[in-house]
Amino acid sequence: MEKLLEVKNIYASTNQKTILKGLSLTINKGETHVILGPNGAGKTTLGNVILNNPAYTLDKGKITFDGHDLKNLTTDEIAKLGVFMSFQLPAEIAGISTFNFIKTAKSKQQKNVNVFELKEELNNLAKQLQIKQEMLSRDLNLGFSGGEKKKNEILQLLALNPKLAILDETDSGLDVDAIKVVSKGINLYKNNNNAVLIITHNAKILENLKVDKVHILIDGKIVHSGDAKLVKEIEKNGFSAYKEGK
Amino acid sequence: MAKTKVAQINDSLYDFKNKDEYAFKIEKGLNEDIVKEISKQKNEPSWMLEIRLKALQIYNKLSLPVWGPDLSELDMNNIATYVKPNTDIKSNWKDVPQNIKQTFEKLGIPQAEHKYLAGVGAQYDSEIVYHSIKEDLQKLGVIYTDIDSAIKQYPNLVKQYFSKCVPLSDHKFVALHYAVFSGGSFVYVPKGVKLEKPLQSYFRLNSPDSGQFEHTLIIVEDDASLHFIEGCSAPKYSKINLHAGCVELFVKDNAYLRYSTIENWSKNMLNLNTKKAIIEKNAQVDWVSGSFGSKISMLYPLSVLKGDNSRTEYTGISFAGQGQNLDTGFKVIHIGKNTSSVVNARSISKSGGIATYRSLVSVLPTATNAKSSVSCDGLMLDDISRSDTIPLNNIENNDVVFSHEAKVGKISESAIFYLMSRGLSEDDARALIVRGFANPISKELPMEYAVEMNRLINLELKGGIG
Repeated sequence: MEKLLEVKNIYASTNQKTILKGLSLTINKGETHVILGPNGAGKTTLGNVILNNPAYTLDKGKITFDGHDLKNLTTDEIAKLGVFMSFQLPAEIAGISTFNFIKTAKSKQQKNVNVFELKEELNNLAKQLQIKQEMLSRDLNLGFSGGEKKKNEILQLLALNPKLAILDETDSGLDVDAIKVVSKGINLYKNNNNAVLIITHNAKILENLKVDKVHILIDGKIVHSGDAKLVKEIEKNGFSAYKEGK
Repeated sequence: MAKTKVAQINDSLYDFKNKDEYAFKIEKGLNEDIVKEISKQKNEPSWMLEIRLKALQIYNKLSLPVWGPDLSELDMNNIATYVKPNTDIKSNWKDVPQNIKQTFEKLGIPQAEHKYLAGVGAQYDSEIVYHSIKEDLQKLGVIYTDIDSAIKQYPNLVKQYFSKCVPLSDHKFVALHYAVFSGGSFVYVPKGVKLEKPLQSYFRLNSPDSGQFEHTLIIVEDDASLHFIEGCSAPKYSKINLHAGCVELFVKDNAYLRYSTIENWSKNMLNLNTKKAIIEKNAQVDWVSGSFGSKISMLYPLSVLKGDNSRTEYTGISFAGQGQNLDTGFKVIHIGKNTSSVVNARSISKSGGIATYRSLVSVLPTATNAKSSVSCDGLMLDDISRSDTIPLNNIENNDVVFSHEAKVGKISESAIFYLMSRGLSEDDARALIVRGFANPISKELPMEYAVEMNRLINLELKGGIG
């Protein structure tokens, strides 16, 4: 199996507080991984550290993506290698339409973006994700409902088609129908050459997805890994067994 | 992450100098002899010289404003107030001397005239060198000419309106303007005539150690309509240049005027400009303004909502970079009943630039059922820049709907991170956010200028063309 992401014993901090304390994780092409963990375990930190958000510091350890050491790369360089993150709270940008933004992002991947083809592609995707077409001409995320924002993240995922999709709490605050749409989008994206890392604290979104590996993140470390069955167990018993067990 | 490059703006598009060639350049300084000489050079009627001399007296009596940017570096002894270019006014670009023609070609003026304008005026230093208007408009009685020609050809019209909107004693730099004014456009739109395409006057100051004092006088008669565009720029010199223009707008019953400005003076310019509109019954004036250049700007267009049901909107943006202090804003006086004003102002500051929005909303007791809504936003691109809003509201009756909203902020780092996570470089991410911030204003500008404004923003942020 071909390794895509390798996180090796990393320590990371933000605001002078160490959040990740020796986390390791390997994701191969074709796999879907899930990280489950309670609030404050370091779930959001992981995605930010992989994308080298300047607000976070990698103090120790190494992150390799598709053969590249990410340590000295900027966020946009990492994105261009093929890492995508769906944000829990995507930024609202006034004055730039969602369409124009995706067009700009697309133009960073390929030289000549055909505006008409892109428009058609996005209209199509919008339909599948039950997104109103007019959302594409609205300012990026501005005044979007929670559900619209999350769907818009999935729309971008499908339009940009990266090698690795990190989905940070993509299900939080969504109703059952929206969760179904989002997992449909993830299934549309997934194939044998890419990978998905779902970071979440609830398991609803996983019902419609084929999951290969599940990791339990407690206090900055993966304390237990298993297969999809682990999801059911956490749903039933919560994290307390793992918290006490450490 | 690498720090954003915030180098000096590359002004290459505007910063080209022609040799300081002229037919006549008056000695530096300001006194009665100089004022008389300017009038003599122009072969003016005596009534105009009287206005000039009266203005000079007022200028000498008035003191500098006690608020706003520091103007102490302005020394009129170092400014030549009148520079006559090496040509008289032409109505065909072919006849304009090569170096001056090339200047305006680089600025895209003849091209724009060809594409989407109904008429063009082009001023080089102190005099208009080119003026033209489409023939069919002339037949309808539209007058679009330089102010000097208007004084001679339409003395009664000029006498009726000149200095009746902006009085000589308004402030020190208006008095200065009237003493030495030269050039500028005169527009008269007769009753009921609606111009579909805009008229545009462009002002270029090439000569160092000098000033430009153009006077723009526009009369839009009942039921008529006009879009007027003015543009201005200058190459950069090491010493101070001065611009003290004056714009007087008379907009009659049911008439409409849109006045668009894009100003990109060089960073050695003191831009102390005065603009005012008197708006009659059911009439409307919309101001659209982009201020990018100058070292110091003090510019606050004033709409006087004199007639019942008259309206005005101001949509403006200023971008203050290193060494710039742009003190701009809008003033409105509600006099008539059911009058309304809407202000949407934005400012961007970076590299230590200071952008101040200064406004006055005055609602007089007569202005019952007036509405006024003011919104101003400031965006600071770093910690050393400043953005302020200084609103002054003077509401003298109770039957008014008034709202005022001011926000000053910075680009959020999380927004930058979000955009970079989609593959945009940090510079691109910042430029995108700034363009988005400016978008509500730039979409109001004439298309060519909106494109130009986005280009200027990218330049300002990237510090040069790749």
